[in-house]
Amino acid sequence: MIGLIVNPVAGIGGPAGLAGSDGADVQRRAAERGARSRAAERAERALAVVAAGRPDEHVVTAAGPMGEDAVRSAGLRPIVVWHPRDPSSSSDTTDAARALADVGVELVLFAGGDGTARDVAAGLPEAAVALGIPAGVKMYSPVFAVGPGAAGALAAAWLDERGLPTAEREVLDVDEEQLRRARVEPRLHGTLRVPYRAGRTQARKAATPSDEQAAVRTAARGAASRLRPGVRYLLGPGGTMAEVARELGVEKTPLGVDVVLDGRVVVAGASERELLDEVANGPAQAVVSIIGGQGFLLGRGNQQLSARVVEAIGDDPVMVVAPEQKLIDLGGRPLLVDTGDAAVDARLTGFASVVTGPTTTSIYPVHAPENEGAVHAT
Amino acid sequence: MSLPIAPKPAIRRFHQARWDEPVIFELSTPGERGVLVTPIEPGVRDAVGDVVADLPEGLARRTPPALPEMGQMRVLKHYLRLSQENLGADLNVDVGQGTCTMKYAPKVNERIITTPKLAAMHPLQDPADAQGALEIIWRTERMMAEISGMDEVSLHTQGGSAAIWANIAMIRAFHEANGEGEQRREVVTTIFSHPSNAAAAKAAGYDVITLHPDADGYPDLAALKRVLSSRTAAIMVTNPEDTGIYNPAIREWVDAAHGVGALASYDQANANGILGITRARDAGFDVCHFNVHKTFGTPHGSGGPGTGANAVSAALAPFLPGPRVVREGDRYSVREAGPLSIGAIGPFHGVVPNIVRAYAWIMALGADGLRAVAETAVLNNNYLMKRILEIPGASAPYATGRRRIEQVRYSWQELFEQTGVGSEEIGVRASDFGMHYWTSHHPYVVPQPFTLEPTESYSKAELDEYADVLAEIAREARETPEVVRTAPHNQTVHHTHHDDLDDPDRWAITWRAYRRKYPDAVGA
Repeated sequence: MIGLIVNPVAGIGGPAGLAGSDGADVQRRAAERGARSRAAERAERALAVVAAGRPDEHVVTAAGPMGEDAVRSAGLRPIVVWHPRDPSSSSDTTDAARALADVGVELVLFAGGDGTARDVAAGLPEAAVALGIPAGVKMYSPVFAVGPGAAGALAAAWLDERGLPTAEREVLDVDEEQLRRARVEPRLHGTLRVPYRAGRTQARKAATPSDEQAAVRTAARGAASRLRPGVRYLLGPGGTMAEVARELGVEKTPLGVDVVLDGRVVVAGASERELLDEVANGPAQAVVSIIGGQGFLLGRGNQQLSARVVEAIGDDPVMVVAPEQKLIDLGGRPLLVDTGDAAVDARLTGFASVVTGPTTTSIYPVHAPENEGAVHAT
Repeated sequence: MSLPIAPKPAIRRFHQARWDEPVIFELSTPGERGVLVTPIEPGVRDAVGDVVADLPEGLARRTPPALPEMGQMRVLKHYLRLSQENLGADLNVDVGQGTCTMKYAPKVNERIITTPKLAAMHPLQDPADAQGALEIIWRTERMMAEISGMDEVSLHTQGGSAAIWANIAMIRAFHEANGEGEQRREVVTTIFSHPSNAAAAKAAGYDVITLHPDADGYPDLAALKRVLSSRTAAIMVTNPEDTGIYNPAIREWVDAAHGVGALASYDQANANGILGITRARDAGFDVCHFNVHKTFGTPHGSGGPGTGANAVSAALAPFLPGPRVVREGDRYSVREAGPLSIGAIGPFHGVVPNIVRAYAWIMALGADGLRAVAETAVLNNNYLMKRILEIPGASAPYATGRRRIEQVRYSWQELFEQTGVGSEEIGVRASDFGMHYWTSHHPYVVPQPFTLEPTESYSKAELDEYADVLAEIAREARETPEVVRTAPHNQTVHHTHHDDLDDPDRWAITWRAYRRKYPDAVGA
């Protein structure tokens, strides 16, 4: 059974030039400027793909503009399990997600952007599976299908094949007030489990692990096998780092930076200050993965690993760990660092040696968008 | 009936035969026979005795094999029906199987290899009785040496990963012989080189460093220079890469590798776009290999075992696999592998029928003909590329706007984003038009990929037909996507359940395994 949540104000601030749509005030201003949300229309396009193969499918949803209307327009049958307050707010998205999970929805489709993803993640239990229909202004989180049609195709495949492989992906969101002041610092707010469809024959000729979880494990094993005694390792946030911690047999805070020395955690959820103290105690190295769909290594979701921490570590400050597919998913775009310090960023740019397994690495370019004066988050 | 007959539609109304043919074991009738084995003549029996009784106990079966029992005509029908349920290489326009280099393997060469002079030969035959076969092996090696510019060649391996394994095994043996085996622990490759290069190096115990393309989509020379060191054993690259992109700085790549004492290995499995135009040795490479079934007109793997040609510089020659054929005057003899050789990789002299086919193919074309093969293949590819890029929703990522050599890895990403119809589904739908289209492109770098390689064999009319079919499917994806999504409609089989192929508890690759795992389906 699939479910749908539409954020009826998603993306409304984009065309209005407001760099996002969070908060009632912005939404009101956008509406005054004549903006309309595309979320319902994009949700309908996704569901139309499902309807083509399964015209009688039921979709569990929230009332009215939060899903029911889109389900009906696509010709499918809504089962309404949440009635939003009037006016609706972001807490309705969270409550609706919880209500969908409570009635046993296996795949939650949501139409919106990063803010919507964050609200959905807050309402869903850990094992629940969700997929974004891209309709927002900001979409830093790699939890969205490439388009509404693609989201619909995945949902149809989910129904046809009674489930698909899933992978844990980060939910990032930018503080829009910062964005309006031209400063982008998305923070990591949690993870969502999203379905993916490996090409049917993709794995057939492969000697490498086809399954994403196996690839993450192989990369994590590669990192673990490179750790040396007497060195403090600053493990960054994210799913790959959680896997590294599992390999080492230590607990990991999902969103924090943890310091590991000789196989045990010295500081969990460390602040920048604590990291500086630890680095001062002896040789150290930060271990990070790629955060979000934009390819950031530093400066997004792991701001504790600041320019000062990187500087204090000295030579070879960062070990990058990721399965090859994460590099491939960048589509040729470089990895990015943005520590806020141009000199530190310059040191980190060039090429990163990315650990993909115990005996494998990939060489991938690293850029510092701040140093290049690049325009971002438009 | 009246003439003239109605013209054929622009797009072929193909329909595959559907015979609902059972598995051959299910056709068995106890007691039915196709051939009655001739009784042993009394004189023979007197001379050799009871052969069966003389068999060592461990070799004798306790129960007879459960072979199907059926008459000849039924066997003939069975296999002809199965063949009709296949999109055979000789029936369809096979350009959708890019990187495989599906070219015409001349039928006349099948006549040549079935001559009893070759077919009845035993691999342990005295060389004095096998001078013709040994001469063909020797002459084919010399032609491969000329084509690659290398000094020595072995036709020992069966091509593909076995040939790549031979390359890295020779490289490893070379460094060990020079006392640098411990020091040189790294092999550098590119993400668009054939993945067997990385896999073979890893299997040989090396740490593998993979380079991604530069901002222009070309192999990244700066990245290469960044990773080369005294620890590098070799670079192992395909060129043109699987995208059809030719590395314009290939000479600099080889020089950079040599600069740190590393060797340079060239995967030329598919040399179809460069035959007679460039040579591996002229670019400085130390090792290269051809897949004879890709480049030299012999059938692909499913038509029998393949053949590889491993070519090396004089410095690497002592490490070639063995045994080798050597010429002394006008006589040919067999020399066992030397002390530095990596030894046998395939049995005896490799797949001799393929060597004979390739010899015939090269001799029929001559040097000018080989160059014409490459020029025609490249021309065909660039024509097809123009046709494909005219289809809305299709693109050729990486090195955008630049020429490709003999193949192109395209993407349907734009169409997928608009319609949700992906390459996988387009491939299935293509079979409804009698066209083969393949989607295995590891690693999965280009999104929604398809790789077309027209080779020199296909006519303009056939390339047009293929492009027309893809344009039609792209139109369907927009206008009637359910037709594509529910394909195939004109085929023998519908969707395969690939989960069954991934689960050891469910796959059944023999009849015995099928009976064991699915007792209810077979009955008592």
